[in-house]
Amino acid sequence: MIRLSSPISNHDINNLKSGDKVLITGTIYTARDQAHIRLLNEKNLPFPIEGSIIYYVGPTPKKEGFAIGASGPTSSYRMDEMAVPLMEKGLKIMIGKGDRSEEFRHEMMKNNAVYLIATGGAGALLSSRIKSSKLIAYEDLGAEAIYQLEVEDFPCFVAYDVHGHNLFKDRL
Amino acid sequence: MRFIDPSIITEAIKDSVIKINYELDDSLISLIQKAKKKERSNIASSILDDIIENSEIAKEGNVPLCQDTGVVVVFAEVGFDVHIDGNIYDAINEGVRQGYSEGYLRKSMVNHPFERVNTKDNTPAMIHLSYVKGDKLTLKIASKGGGSENMSTVKMLTPAAGIDGVKKLVLDTVFQAGGKPCPPIIVGIGLGGNFEKSAIIAKESLLRPLGDKSDDPIIARLEDELYDEINKLGVGPMGVGGDTTCLAVKINYLPMHIASLPVAINIQCHSARHIEVIL
Repeated sequence: MIRLSSPISNHDINNLKSGDKVLITGTIYTARDQAHIRLLNEKNLPFPIEGSIIYYVGPTPKKEGFAIGASGPTSSYRMDEMAVPLMEKGLKIMIGKGDRSEEFRHEMMKNNAVYLIATGGAGALLSSRIKSSKLIAYEDLGAEAIYQLEVEDFPCFVAYDVHGHNLFKDRL
Repeated sequence: MRFIDPSIITEAIKDSVIKINYELDDSLISLIQKAKKKERSNIASSILDDIIENSEIAKEGNVPLCQDTGVVVVFAEVGFDVHIDGNIYDAINEGVRQGYSEGYLRKSMVNHPFERVNTKDNTPAMIHLSYVKGDKLTLKIASKGGGSENMSTVKMLTPAAGIDGVKKLVLDTVFQAGGKPCPPIIVGIGLGGNFEKSAIIAKESLLRPLGDKSDDPIIARLEDELYDEINKLGVGPMGVGGDTTCLAVKINYLPMHIASLPVAINIQCHSARHIEVIL
């Protein structure tokens, strides 16, 4: 079990190995399909990208008294190409679910970033580790807007590490 | 002739979509618990624990099971002796509208393939009507997520492809999908009919009770064999490897053209949210 706090350093990244269980505490940002399309056209990104963590999620609406609605990961492969320019700007960790392309994995290693997975369909469990959420960009996108989340012991597994290991392929 | 007021349909749809998005069926949870006992991989086992714990948090903490609360699919079986006093499509969509708002469920429908503007109330539902004997209205209701739907497929095989051809297509589809459809999955298969009917009966097969088997002995055997062979693929929960890739295989079939063997494979994630209501 490895504990990580944001922002993420190159040293943190080098320490992670495919299959490791990771608990994240600190700030993470939500972004999925539509938010990525917009981020690629921004001169100034709406959050500090250096050492940042992006979580591919579109939560359910927040109820009174809750920090956020159900918040499990969405499939990551749809963001493969769009993630590359963000990693070049300093994005260090992406959290989602499922396998991604080999092209993405090589770009990720080149940029010294890692890909983590959270348990898909565990939206209620994962939301209990999110302590606050704040809308920071693209309100019109609704569930696809960018939120800044403060998380505590947010549970993930390392899927792709910088040493060339791939949890999905190594299983076979 | 029995008259049913559309408001009763609306109410049933509203209550059902809220209930299924907060509460997993006991039969599903017990299948996951059974799978966990046989699971040899530690990561896989820990993911199965997460899924069970998630269902408890959702039910007790009043949080939806998954952030993808899905597209609503309704199979409405209308008795010949039933008269619905109004528009059944409007009644169902109104139930979706009310349920997704009052239940704090995510609205995931967009209007157009390229404009992609959210319809803001999760309508329209995908509605399949049929007429059956009797004076009842049966509603089979599902909230179907996008991740598993995206891994589904329809293929027109040749009759000579036979059982082996069907098996190969199913195994390839499940293997290629890997972790994307949120395994452990339930695999719904439609054999026969034609191009579009195969897909509809594949979806309908996913709404069968988890423990049942096909009435046809050849099809029932194929369900059993595919269940075993899929679980030997090693995909595992969320694709991380393991013994638990599928929880059930369901196959529905129809007669078909002499030249065709249509095969539709509809993948259901582990959060199988559906219910049957008889009015």
